[in-house]
Amino acid sequence: MSEGISQPDQPVEREGDGQDLFSKFDPLIQQRHDLLSAGLTDPFSLVMEKVLSPTRAICNGRDTILLGTYNYMGMTFDPDVIEAGKDALDNFGSGTTGSRVLNGTYQGHKECEDALREFYGMDHAMVFSTGYQANLGIISTIAGKGDYVVLDIDSHASIYDGCAMGNAEIVPFKHNDIEAMEKRLKRIPEGAGKLVVLEGVYSMLGDVAPLAEMVRIAKSHGAMVLVDEAHSMGFIGENGRGVCEAAGIMDQCDFIIGTFSKSVGTVGGFCVSNHPKFEIMRLVCRPYVFTASLPPSVVATAATSIRKLMHGGNKRAHLWENSKRLHGGLKDLGFKLGTEEPQSAIVAVIMPDLEQGAAMWEALLHEGLYVNLARPPATPANMTLLRCSLCAEHSEEEVGTILGMFERAGKAVGII
Amino acid sequence: MDRAQIDAKIRELIEPFNKKEVAITEETTFAGDLEFDSLTVMDFVAAIEDEFDIIISMNQQAEIENYGQLVDAVEKMVTT
Repeated sequence: MSEGISQPDQPVEREGDGQDLFSKFDPLIQQRHDLLSAGLTDPFSLVMEKVLSPTRAICNGRDTILLGTYNYMGMTFDPDVIEAGKDALDNFGSGTTGSRVLNGTYQGHKECEDALREFYGMDHAMVFSTGYQANLGIISTIAGKGDYVVLDIDSHASIYDGCAMGNAEIVPFKHNDIEAMEKRLKRIPEGAGKLVVLEGVYSMLGDVAPLAEMVRIAKSHGAMVLVDEAHSMGFIGENGRGVCEAAGIMDQCDFIIGTFSKSVGTVGGFCVSNHPKFEIMRLVCRPYVFTASLPPSVVATAATSIRKLMHGGNKRAHLWENSKRLHGGLKDLGFKLGTEEPQSAIVAVIMPDLEQGAAMWEALLHEGLYVNLARPPATPANMTLLRCSLCAEHSEEEVGTILGMFERAGKAVGII
Repeated sequence: MDRAQIDAKIRELIEPFNKKEVAITEETTFAGDLEFDSLTVMDFVAAIEDEFDIIISMNQQAEIENYGQLVDAVEKMVTT
């Protein structure tokens, strides 16, 4: 052990508040105070008082078009999904009380895992309580001390947190840069365990990874591959299996991670895999073992929704139409977008700075449109984004209305 | 390659990232003095990795706070 790591970290000198552990947050507190004192509505405290449909809610007393949920396939109000949840509540009660490995595995969990296996055509499926926990659990359990995790620098926080918890050597490469990824794979010491972690759709800019080439290279260097398909499930690929399916590399992926909180329209996370030893994860994966399992109503809605998503071809086609129209319309209005072409259900509108981004967010809310204000550190390259997430249930007319709202708000704020 | 040669090469590599033209000493810190953000760190580390054909993981980066520690770490990796 080097001298550096045999010593505890030295105390950080704090100004003003002495030993108050909160003093490290002072710059953020000040920035937030400055923004709100200009009279802006707090973007992170918006409450949906009533939800009318997958695309509309009452926000601040006003009928508002929702363009900032992850309800890509509009499943939250699907009658079959709702009915399945109600039945499960009636027959199994409101909660599980415990962990999957003790008292928390119900028939519904098994059925949900069956639906996932069938949806992805894979041998194993494991349901977690959130998508965050799925990444945290799988990555930290399979990549331990002495192993290497090679990951895209723009990876989601749950991926980084899984890396930190697992103690593997973490090697990031420039976003979507195939050459940078390959160089790092080449330099990993011989014999070390290797895991490449990629995402199908990156949530901030809505861009798609060049998975076919990346996965081919990863496999040629003997690495296992994990792909997070949170933002592509249900929508991308012929059967909605995600970017891996569209790229024709499903059989090359060792692990696919996903979530129920987006296209599936409920909450939860999962991992599917063909690895012959995968079932041991149920005993060794701490974020699976040491947490309460999902309630019966949630897994029942998830299973029903997943089975319906398999046959969602028409919805997928309509969502692509929405994505192309919104992307093209915003571009024509003069907005700067996160991708040159529409690549997913996410259309990111790049703002000049946080102040104008917050003003634009507020102007859109006054128009009756809810989008996400995304800012550092969640965003790449310190960008401020207005992130729009389309839904298969947005009508053609609604997309036209949304474009009108963006035009008026953009002119009022002086961005276009 | 000895420490002086490694030092000279890293000084060359750091130049395009040293926007404020801070005078580099052994004690110059990346976060404090040079104000490198995470993306700059990634690009700078990639430049060093490519030059010396080594890999510097994020775990190792966490142990490197100043310029002198970086030169030491690279020297160790190049010579072992």
